[in-house]
Amino acid sequence: MDALIARGVTKRYTNHTALDQVDITIPERTIYGLLGPNGAGKTTLIRIINQIINADQGEIFIFGERLHQKHIGTIGYLPEERGLYKKLKVGEQLIYLAQLKGLTKKDATDRSKEWIRKFEVTEWWNKKVEDLSKGMAQKVQFISTVMHEPKLIILDEPFSGFDPVNAQIITNEILELREKGCTIIFSTHRMETVEDLCDHIALIDKSKKILEGSKKQVKDTYRSNTFVVDHKGQFAQLPPRYNLVSQKILEENYYRSIIRMSGDTNSNQLIRELTEITEVHSFVEKIPTMSEIFIKLVKAEKS
Amino acid sequence: MNKVWLIFKREFLNRVQKKSFLIATILIPMIFPAIIAVMLYIFQQQEQGATRVTVEVLDESGKIALENTDRYEFVPVSMPLEQAQKSFKETDHFALLYIPPFELSRPQGMQLFTKENVSVRREDEIAGIVEERIRVLKMTAYNINKETLDKLKTDVSIKSFNLNDDAGKESHTRLLSGLGFVLGILIYIFVLVYGMQIMLGVIEEKTSKIVEVIVSSVRPFQLMLGKILGIAAVGLTQFAIWVVLVSVLSTVTLRIFGFESDQQAMEQIAKVNTPGTEQIIMANPVMEATEFISELPVLYIIFNFAFYFLGGYLLYGALFAAVGAAVDSQQEAQQFNLPIMLPLIIGYFALFMFILPDPHSTASFWFSIIPFTSPVAMVGRLAYEPPLWQLILSQLSLIAGFIFTTWVAARIYRVGILMHGSKVNYKVLVKWFMMKG
Repeated sequence: MDALIARGVTKRYTNHTALDQVDITIPERTIYGLLGPNGAGKTTLIRIINQIINADQGEIFIFGERLHQKHIGTIGYLPEERGLYKKLKVGEQLIYLAQLKGLTKKDATDRSKEWIRKFEVTEWWNKKVEDLSKGMAQKVQFISTVMHEPKLIILDEPFSGFDPVNAQIITNEILELREKGCTIIFSTHRMETVEDLCDHIALIDKSKKILEGSKKQVKDTYRSNTFVVDHKGQFAQLPPRYNLVSQKILEENYYRSIIRMSGDTNSNQLIRELTEITEVHSFVEKIPTMSEIFIKLVKAEKS
Repeated sequence: MNKVWLIFKREFLNRVQKKSFLIATILIPMIFPAIIAVMLYIFQQQEQGATRVTVEVLDESGKIALENTDRYEFVPVSMPLEQAQKSFKETDHFALLYIPPFELSRPQGMQLFTKENVSVRREDEIAGIVEERIRVLKMTAYNINKETLDKLKTDVSIKSFNLNDDAGKESHTRLLSGLGFVLGILIYIFVLVYGMQIMLGVIEEKTSKIVEVIVSSVRPFQLMLGKILGIAAVGLTQFAIWVVLVSVLSTVTLRIFGFESDQQAMEQIAKVNTPGTEQIIMANPVMEATEFISELPVLYIIFNFAFYFLGGYLLYGALFAAVGAAVDSQQEAQQFNLPIMLPLIIGYFALFMFILPDPHSTASFWFSIIPFTSPVAMVGRLAYEPPLWQLILSQLSLIAGFIFTTWVAARIYRVGILMHGSKVNYKVLVKWFMMKG
């Protein structure tokens, strides 16, 4: 079953359209990257999924059911602009936020204590949030997002402001949550996160979805049959079905060439032909990074 | 509804558990009587410590022989005015009173010279003493002796009765007006103080960025409602504690100090207000006040006061919540505060100009029906027990009023709390108001 299906979601404001006929399908137990430049409409989509605002048109289904108030407890949301009540103690805060998600007081208390233990921060329980460091507060925010055991977790730029150690802790938690059966939506424009974590991605630009699929699919779509070859000894000529994009000298008599093949050949054949004209030291397919795909698509949209 | 309750509880407990709440709740009922006591004390001290001043009297008419009093010693001088002025300057006497020759029927041309700006009170007192003297002279001139005069002297004090009350209970216009004044001001302060608290609370949630997390769990309207009601409960709790504290305190005070000291103080005031004349035999004012309070429909007043506090607070509180949601900081909020507070301030002025002087006039009626001014205006009239239909009409329109402002505010609130860094003006507010879900 899919964790979330959106069909034709549209949101218009007086002067602009924030989302225009957006369809997305998020498979269960995946980490789904929602990508797009600033102002593309990611936050609007996330707010609609969280029922903070309503879409003008379109439908959203969560685990097969039409989105409804009762799904509030099914979703955990960590907004990009996040905060806590400064004057409230960590413990009280966690219990309160969990109660708002629909937990009973007892469950809320038990679970927040559990998480506090898990993050080895029991001594914070009675501290006011204003006395916590930024990193500490972020951990508390993360706990408040996941402690009601939502099946769908939405994280908007979760790593902004995290130091590498805390980012790693959170990353591990996210992977663990997926193992437990959660689906995670990541909204970000940090491509390295996408590269490391996401299974699926959707790219939203100018209020439209312009790309969606599994990471492998996307990369396959955008592979350009380009190879990076390090070799000893220069070669001048290539068969016409290959295109020498560039060649530069690495050190004396060592060169790096970038070669693009046309459609109906394969890499084995290229290696074979190369070994006849030069001494090949390394041969790597140049796979586009998510970042390159992102930039390429966004630029294409612009022009 | 369960979520509104959670927010309500959080807001209520958070505020009530604060030290500042405890301090304000306990201190304020003590501060007011304390301030009054201190003022009274200073006043008394001043009365006792006020030196008896010497006034030189240059009486060219030869008719005015002034007797010394507690506060004035009159020294007759006889020399031309200019010379008298000169010599007066060299003395440490308080004033020089010049009385030219005059007709009894037209006593004019009297002058008072002093070395400093004389207080209104001193001027009035001296004028009073002279007037009294002239009156005696006139009586003699008309062949009225003092005995006849004493007989003539009547002290009319009108006691008014409200026939609508059972058995036509005696009513106390002055005390009623005093009570109306106090209640009206209390409502004004309450609505402002607690309305501001809503606004600050909303701004805090918005600037600390917690709000987006909260509205992913509850609807913005639930959040707004929970907050407004929670703070209302804080206000009512505080009010209830004050009612208890004040009644306990005043009972205790009356027991401890008895009526005597209060009576003395009142007499002191009475004496000062009518200098030179024989003190009117007054009914014991404390007794009168006590009787007045015991006759007042206390429960009726407390209930209706609570109603108007709640109603006025909800009406204005919703608007303050909308402002809090629209802005990013307290400074930014100021431009919107005045237009909101204006009707309340108008109600406050109406209290002095129309309601207290004439609680049953047409102006008073309208001010106490229009929901934006009625919390202050009707509370000012409460002690006069306005007609029931007016009370009901006023309360219904207040309920309609706060439902309306809450509706308006909620539409602005739901958009505003998610907006950061946008420059907000009235046009923007209207746009937000019109925006669909």
